[in-house]
Amino acid sequence: MDNNLLSLIIFAPLAGAAINWFVGRRLRNEKFIGLVACGSIAVSTVIAFYLALKPGGALHLSDPGNTTPVFDHLWTWIQVGKFRADFGLAMDRLSGTYALFVTFVGFLIHVFAVGYMRGDSGFYRFFAYLNLFMFSMLTLVLADNFLLMFVGWEGVGLCSYLLIGFYMDLKEAGNAAKKAFITNRVGDWGFVMGVMLLFFITSAAGNASISFFDHPVTGVTSAFNVISSAAVEPFGWHAIFAGGLTSVAVLLFIGAAGKSAQIPLYVWLPDAMAGPTPVSALIHAATMVTAGVYMIVRCSAIYVHAPTAMFIVAVIGAATALFAATIGLAQNDIKKVLAYSTISQLGYMFLACGVGAFTAAIFHVITHAFFKALLFLGSGSVITGMHHEQDMRRMGGLKKYMPITFATMLTGWLAISGIPIFAGFFSKDEILWKTWSAGSFGLPGPMWSKALWAVGALTALLTAIYMTRMMVMTFWGSERFRDVHADDHDATAHFNNDAHHVHEPHESPWLMTAPLIVLAILSLAGGLIGVPYALSYRGHPENYIERTLEPVIAKASGHAEEPSASETGPQWLSPKPQAVDGPPAFTTLDEHGAGEASHSPDEIREERLLALLSIAIALAGIGAGWAIFRKRPLLQLPRILENKYYVDEIYEAAIINPIKVGSREGLWKLFDVGVIDGFLHSLGDAVKETGKVVRHLQAGFVRGYAAIILLGALAVVAFFAYYGVYALRP
Amino acid sequence: MGPQLSWYLALSAVLFTIGAVGVIVKRNVIAMFMCIELMLNAVNLSFVAFSSFFQDVTGQLFVFIVMTVAAAEAAVGLGIIITIFRNRESLDVDDANILKL
Repeated sequence: MDNNLLSLIIFAPLAGAAINWFVGRRLRNEKFIGLVACGSIAVSTVIAFYLALKPGGALHLSDPGNTTPVFDHLWTWIQVGKFRADFGLAMDRLSGTYALFVTFVGFLIHVFAVGYMRGDSGFYRFFAYLNLFMFSMLTLVLADNFLLMFVGWEGVGLCSYLLIGFYMDLKEAGNAAKKAFITNRVGDWGFVMGVMLLFFITSAAGNASISFFDHPVTGVTSAFNVISSAAVEPFGWHAIFAGGLTSVAVLLFIGAAGKSAQIPLYVWLPDAMAGPTPVSALIHAATMVTAGVYMIVRCSAIYVHAPTAMFIVAVIGAATALFAATIGLAQNDIKKVLAYSTISQLGYMFLACGVGAFTAAIFHVITHAFFKALLFLGSGSVITGMHHEQDMRRMGGLKKYMPITFATMLTGWLAISGIPIFAGFFSKDEILWKTWSAGSFGLPGPMWSKALWAVGALTALLTAIYMTRMMVMTFWGSERFRDVHADDHDATAHFNNDAHHVHEPHESPWLMTAPLIVLAILSLAGGLIGVPYALSYRGHPENYIERTLEPVIAKASGHAEEPSASETGPQWLSPKPQAVDGPPAFTTLDEHGAGEASHSPDEIREERLLALLSIAIALAGIGAGWAIFRKRPLLQLPRILENKYYVDEIYEAAIINPIKVGSREGLWKLFDVGVIDGFLHSLGDAVKETGKVVRHLQAGFVRGYAAIILLGALAVVAFFAYYGVYALRP
Repeated sequence: MGPQLSWYLALSAVLFTIGAVGVIVKRNVIAMFMCIELMLNAVNLSFVAFSSFFQDVTGQLFVFIVMTVAAAEAAVGLGIIITIFRNRESLDVDDANILKL
């Protein structure tokens, strides 16, 4: 099914960016720029919703068995030998779901940003970049092959760089931008290598392809279909370096880890908070950083062949979740708390991918986009209200001054903490349950899924605690901003004209609060699209998200035809992962009628028990946070946490400094100055020295010249006299 | 036994050598100039000798050409010598050892 509207989704923001860049910079009219920016995203949003949800649209809501994407093949981009990359877009169930929340949340954040950036001299620049980001992000999501996806992948990286460094006069912003860009370079290396390797593997399998889909018009075959019949690779470290699908999966995960800020490449994200807050909300919480998750879910067909890679993804995800949560506990900058929280939540998503719960990962991506965008925008509102103060130690008691921001952030807080009904509860609980019940696929032992679950649960507890701490420090308690302002009155002398007015916190304008309210509603109710069967009332409400996504996602257990590798056999020591959770997916509907058959009562009971435990954990976390920080909001937490385990310092010492010193001493002083310059200088010196010797012939001594000419003539005569007149005849 | 070709050639060689050595040894520009003329005329002698010996007039034609060139050279060379003398007040070639005045 082709539809040319699809390309309008990506090109509308591009047009918006171009208009703002070329026209907006001359007009300098905030109304015009804001309208163009928000309007272009609104166009994308409307089209995305139309194409995804209309009857027969990409999500096929009423037709569970149909997975035909909507295509828009624009032109053949590169065709060399067997290699072919199209500039083609495709919206299937997965990319459609993604496009929906990206455009919608993006639109809300654009609206918020119009209020937030008011009066900034770079207003047009900001929105040009922001629209360009939306173009890149939607290209990434809607691309129908790896190479075009990489274009979007790099595009979002570039826009992230531009927007982190938006405040050009701040050195730390520039440094943070560079850090983000360079760290992402490491990940991009993995992405590119992974795609190349996949191309070679499909090439060897007889059908070279880097495409995601079988394209009916161009006749391109999906790379995933090419490899679908491959055997599941054995579990073991050697598989990583074997050059098979495990290598592809690990390389792609390196790319995802860079983009989605996982250990060890997460260090750029906290620093990225140097950018304007809407950027943090849009790029570094809701959309771009989840691109890694999207890519892995998109490549689920590869990952289900690579248990080793799944194991790595799960462990890194869980480790990142816990690690970042502990750091988030001790940060004092409101945006830093949220940044580490984002890293931690991204860890959850990778944990879900690693245990094969790809749907749960996407579900969490969506709910996280809602509540984290909400929290970030709320923090932006707080920062504006506090006159660009980000340190929570100088806040406190703000709920009186900013009631709407407070109420909306309250929703986000409860959502991320995992209180039922709120969005975060369902998605996080789904991940924890899927981790607990994961089979042994990709896990070396039966206890691993329980261990990963324990890490996830501990992270959930920490999440509730640090979010409570943030809320308490910001909105409750004494109004610390007064003390501070009395103290450093001189320091803020540039506000002197009406210092006392300026420092009074105030609620933000409606342009900023309206998106907050919408996001708050989504954070409250957004989780209802993915209520697991066990927690629903006889399957109501349906698990829409799973029902929508399950048909396009490869399942680790779906290889029943290879008994040695999956379903049967002694490896399944813990309960088998369900093929489908809930009545949803079409296979179940076809095979089991109503679908109840796939839910054994035991499993449902276990899942409900775990859900109760999750609620208990969330409540315990909130309670603990409240008990600790309500009375002592400024409690000194362990230094090692506040200093982020000194990871930046370790990287500085272990990687950056050696590179710096090696570049300076080795590459510059030794190689450049010594070898390159040395070679050229000695070449010049050699010519000079030869000249010094030879110039004695040119003494300006005329009789000397005459003598040389004579000698030359004699030599010629002697030659012919000796060898004969015809000596030079051939 | 009349004069042999080799006699003329020997005389030519002797004259040429005297001229060549004179060019190298003499410092006076005029003397060098005369030595060059001597060399040219030594060559002319051998041309004429060959021409007579081989009964071929070409050699004599060459002599005319050489004389023409020598005349032109004398005109230019004497002009240069006079200029150098005016500037340096010397006819010693070793004083004219740089390429500018």
